[in-house]
Amino acid sequence: MSEQNTYLPYLMTIEKVIKEAPGVKTYRLKFQDEAEAEAFEFKAGQFGEYSAFGEGESTFCIASSPTRKGYIECTFRDSGRVTSGLASLEEGSTMGFRGPYGNVFPMEEWKGKNLLFIAGGIALPPMRCVIWNALDLRENFKDITIVYGAKTVNDLVYKSELKEWSDRPDVKMVTTVDPGGENADWKGEIGFVPTIVEKVAPSAENTIAIVCGPPIMIKFTFPVLEKLGFKDDQIYTTLENRMKCGVGKCGRCNVGKLYICKDGPVFSKEELNLIPAEEY
Amino acid sequence: METKYIGKDGIEKWFNAIVASGKRVFAPVNARGQVDFKPVKKLSEVAGDYIQTTQSIKASVYPKAEVLFSYEKVNGKVNLTDFDPESVPETVLWKVHPCDAAGFKPLSAIFNWDTADKLHNAHLIKTSVISFSCAAADESCFCTSVNGSPGNTSGSDIQLTMLPDGGAIAEILSPKGEALVALLPSVFEADKGEKKEKYLVDLPARFNLEEVNAKLNKAFDSTVWKEQSERCLGCGACAFVCPTCACFDIQEDAHGSKGRRIRCWDACGFAMFTLHTSGHNPREHQSQRWRQRILHKFSYMPERLSVVGCTGCGRCSRACPVDMNILEHITSIAKQ
Repeated sequence: MSEQNTYLPYLMTIEKVIKEAPGVKTYRLKFQDEAEAEAFEFKAGQFGEYSAFGEGESTFCIASSPTRKGYIECTFRDSGRVTSGLASLEEGSTMGFRGPYGNVFPMEEWKGKNLLFIAGGIALPPMRCVIWNALDLRENFKDITIVYGAKTVNDLVYKSELKEWSDRPDVKMVTTVDPGGENADWKGEIGFVPTIVEKVAPSAENTIAIVCGPPIMIKFTFPVLEKLGFKDDQIYTTLENRMKCGVGKCGRCNVGKLYICKDGPVFSKEELNLIPAEEY
Repeated sequence: METKYIGKDGIEKWFNAIVASGKRVFAPVNARGQVDFKPVKKLSEVAGDYIQTTQSIKASVYPKAEVLFSYEKVNGKVNLTDFDPESVPETVLWKVHPCDAAGFKPLSAIFNWDTADKLHNAHLIKTSVISFSCAAADESCFCTSVNGSPGNTSGSDIQLTMLPDGGAIAEILSPKGEALVALLPSVFEADKGEKKEKYLVDLPARFNLEEVNAKLNKAFDSTVWKEQSERCLGCGACAFVCPTCACFDIQEDAHGSKGRRIRCWDACGFAMFTLHTSGHNPREHQSQRWRQRILHKFSYMPERLSVVGCTGCGRCSRACPVDMNILEHITSIAKQ
């Protein structure tokens, strides 16, 4: 029988550990098997099942860009049994990875358009993949604006990359923290993400908005975008529900008849309108 | 397909030949009043007078807990041992009801609709199904409402219809069925021209599936879910006895440097099924979980997999400690 066991993970070596924020780490992972590394392909928006042997599997996006070959990265918060098992691993350790799963951001269709990225807190990782993908193919897109907010300065992830994006002349980078989350050195905005979006967003004309954040942030950002003139097919997001298999069988991530793991995780607002919001 | 006659003595001889071939044989056994599929060696062990086994035969092709792979950590490295399809023994299921055999189709649809499931398929390939058509039913049975019938042959390799003389009409339905006949071909005689339908229980349909489907397409926000599920305990018994429920969990069984990753049955009725780490739960209330159960089986599966997630076996109604009767509930949705 030539069928592959879907649940058998790739073995990965943790090549690099970056501490992003309290409890939040980024791992750079390399395939231990060269043939597997060679054959592996993914696109921006996809996710995987990451495993700590002895603890189990957890679902995160692939946070690195497909334009950066030879490795994948994931960013996660130490918040449960598996993630705390993962967080206790060190550089050089072995962990498991299954994927890539799910659909992708239609970046080909976005050629020649302005991109507006809106992210909150720990939801920057899925967007970081798209941001680097767009920046590595910079000539394909017009203006790129990034609005990123977190509760406090400490909670901002990818701090060195935020600075790098901010220093680039071809990116408009806006960082913000919730009122009270600033410190003495803070030079960014102070205010909730939707408010800042309203203040700094480019014209909706020829622009795609990619929104990713906690449900409350998304809920308040959509009306702002609507007010700015964005149509539902100009707004994209990526959803997350609890998952086990990642391949449409275990039965828990569905929203109405759609599986986030198969039909998502990427949805346009136009598609979101057709599925029940209470199930995500 | 070929139809034969097998006499009373022939049935026992053939059964013994199957056992003697070294295949595992599972059949309904009455253990202290509860009838369930168990390994058997003699025909006399097989239960006679009952309507339905408590558990379906689902576990034979989708075990309650199955090792997906095992691993060992050695000097900072990890060695994986893949699931071996050859480790699955040849199995014959004897005296399966048509509603159980019919459950194989929706199960396989779930496991193979996108990526093929190596484990499920390994069990399917090694499993042969000898079903017995139904001469009796009870008030929970409703196969005829969900595209089935007491003589439905879907999922069966051979179907026997018992005759008053103790013999049976034998429908040989697949190459696997032919292989079973080949173990003792001499007991299979020429068809006597008896009509199978004469010996099947008469079970009028209780609802129209297409009507239910049309109603469900507009029922997501209905108050019916709350009304119907107010007494639901969320115990998951319905899912565990169901021949088509396939939702699972993946768990780790680790001991020191060695461990196994295991797929275990789960149930959409459990409160933790969809609980996020953050505490957010998209299906927080039992009514939302009950809705998911019904919509998944009667709306999402028909639309996406072209198969109904219910065979009308009635087990969920029989097993429910608070009488959540699926037949009553579906019938009332159809009438809305």
